[in-house]
Amino acid sequence: MDISIGPLLIQALNAIQYGLLLFLIASGLTLIFGVMGVINIAHGSFYMMGAYFAFTLTGLTGNFFIAVFIGAVLSVVVGLFLEWALFSHLYKRNHLEQVLLSYGLILIFEEIRSVTVGDSVHSVPIPSWLNFSIPLGEIMTYPFYRIFISLVCIVIAIALYILINKTRVGSMIRAGASNSGMAEILGVNIKIVNRLVFSLGVGLAAFAGMINAPASAVAPGMGMEVLIVSFVVVVIGGIGSVWGALFAAMVIAFADTFGSVFFPQVASMLTYIIMALVLLWRPDGLFKR
Amino acid sequence: MKPMTRNTYVYILWAVFFIALLLFPLLQLDFYSEMVSRIVILTLFAVSLDLLVGYTGLVSFGHAAWFGVGAYGFAILSTKYQVADSLWVTLPVSLIAAAVLSCIVGFFVLRTRGIYFIMVTLAFAQVFYFLVHDVPAIGGSTDGMNLYGRPTMNIAGWDVIDLENPLSMYYFILAGLFVSLIFLWAFLRSPLGRAIQGIKANEHRMLSVGFPVFKYKLIAFIVSSVLAAFAGYLFAVQSYGVNPELLSWHKSADALLMLILGGMGHLYGGIIGAFALVLLKELFMAYTDWWQMWLGTTIVLLVLFLPGGLVSVPHRLKTLLGRVS
Repeated sequence: MDISIGPLLIQALNAIQYGLLLFLIASGLTLIFGVMGVINIAHGSFYMMGAYFAFTLTGLTGNFFIAVFIGAVLSVVVGLFLEWALFSHLYKRNHLEQVLLSYGLILIFEEIRSVTVGDSVHSVPIPSWLNFSIPLGEIMTYPFYRIFISLVCIVIAIALYILINKTRVGSMIRAGASNSGMAEILGVNIKIVNRLVFSLGVGLAAFAGMINAPASAVAPGMGMEVLIVSFVVVVIGGIGSVWGALFAAMVIAFADTFGSVFFPQVASMLTYIIMALVLLWRPDGLFKR
Repeated sequence: MKPMTRNTYVYILWAVFFIALLLFPLLQLDFYSEMVSRIVILTLFAVSLDLLVGYTGLVSFGHAAWFGVGAYGFAILSTKYQVADSLWVTLPVSLIAAAVLSCIVGFFVLRTRGIYFIMVTLAFAQVFYFLVHDVPAIGGSTDGMNLYGRPTMNIAGWDVIDLENPLSMYYFILAGLFVSLIFLWAFLRSPLGRAIQGIKANEHRMLSVGFPVFKYKLIAFIVSSVLAAFAGYLFAVQSYGVNPELLSWHKSADALLMLILGGMGHLYGGIIGAFALVLLKELFMAYTDWWQMWLGTTIVLLVLFLPGGLVSVPHRLKTLLGRVS
């Protein structure tokens, strides 16, 4: 029996969970880039918002899943409102203005968080019926909740695949991503598509924040960390490519997780080294159509 | 009398601005002197970014990295390894380090454009942030470093300027801005500078006319980074310390914010923007409890309703109140 299999399996499970989570965040980001051509640096704030929804709503309702449901609905509402009030005015503007407007949003989100919940680090309890560990081999165990996160993310990824590839709305989204002007001429109501894609992106990022909240800390600044990694994922995957985002998220997650096991000195750099190599080879990302 | 052209107004404003800053210490407001010299450093930082964003058309979201390279350059040489205190050594070494590093980073990031460029510059700046946060060999730590002193300016045993004197420091920073602005002014008027502005106007045409666009972009990237490093160097010297927050993405965002506040593509935009941003922050901190909320809201409204920045206000008023022809 090879004793090193167990730890490797644990790291692989961690990497899959991290990668799927990154995918949920980055897929919304890449769709928003692809369909609307808008760069939104407040996307990490949506992830943070989700985590804080999970924290406060679980406290209020006493049930994590009810909290996630209410939080998801609230996030989509927030997304619809932001698209209507702010982002829909930015599609024709330059990227600098888009960056700055979303920077303003980050400041507003951080202040709302600081005023309503405070600046301390919180945690969300794992629902009791999921709070157990499963044995891996002879001595090791693995917390089931992390596997649960991966399973939920896989379900969402499949649902996203069906939505984008098999439904009428999905074909509108794809049309918008490949050529929004042409799609509009052919009768697609691009305004509705934009609003839908934006709130879908917000919903996915917030959902990622909510589902991951019991497995990690709910803390200030968590949004920006995730945002920068998601940017790297989008750069590697190619703007507008959801499956590119899935592939890139997995690459980054495995590199990051196994990097910190085998090369702890350069682990935090590894993500960026991969990005630099991809830039040398394919500056437009691996899956850019 | 001949009516004054727009250029004449600009030159008069420049003169008034520099004379005001020159005379400012006479008011003997020590606290504000410190603040003003910080604004002057920020101005230099914003102007250096303007070369990229406003003149070359490259929206960099990682400019704070170069500010940090300049600041840590001095900190590493003077305090971490104590190799040199002299300005004649530390300043050139810091600037050359910025030039070399920005040449390497530029080689990667300039292969991209548009949204990619914004994301990639942010990601590379994050690498520099991690380095000064996590790598002890270059003085990396969460808290940064306190510096032992300011650089000496010694020529043949004679101290030209004693930077420990606050007044000398103030005028040294002001001179730094002045020299950099003159340099930028000349650079932008040189054939190379003209070509770089042509890239912003129409990159494909410049390429088909036969200009080595990538090389020119790289030069603009390096020049802009070196000037930002100079600003960072001055900051470290003035504040006796460095910390990783100098390289954080907030700093990069602030630099972009200053440009859009002041208006891009004129060197005075950076100055207006730097003063406006610092004053706005001070105002919100002094008079409101939630300064981030107010600043954020101001930014959102500014982008939505005043995309040309404060510089565009006179022009907007003129169009609004002008006579119908």
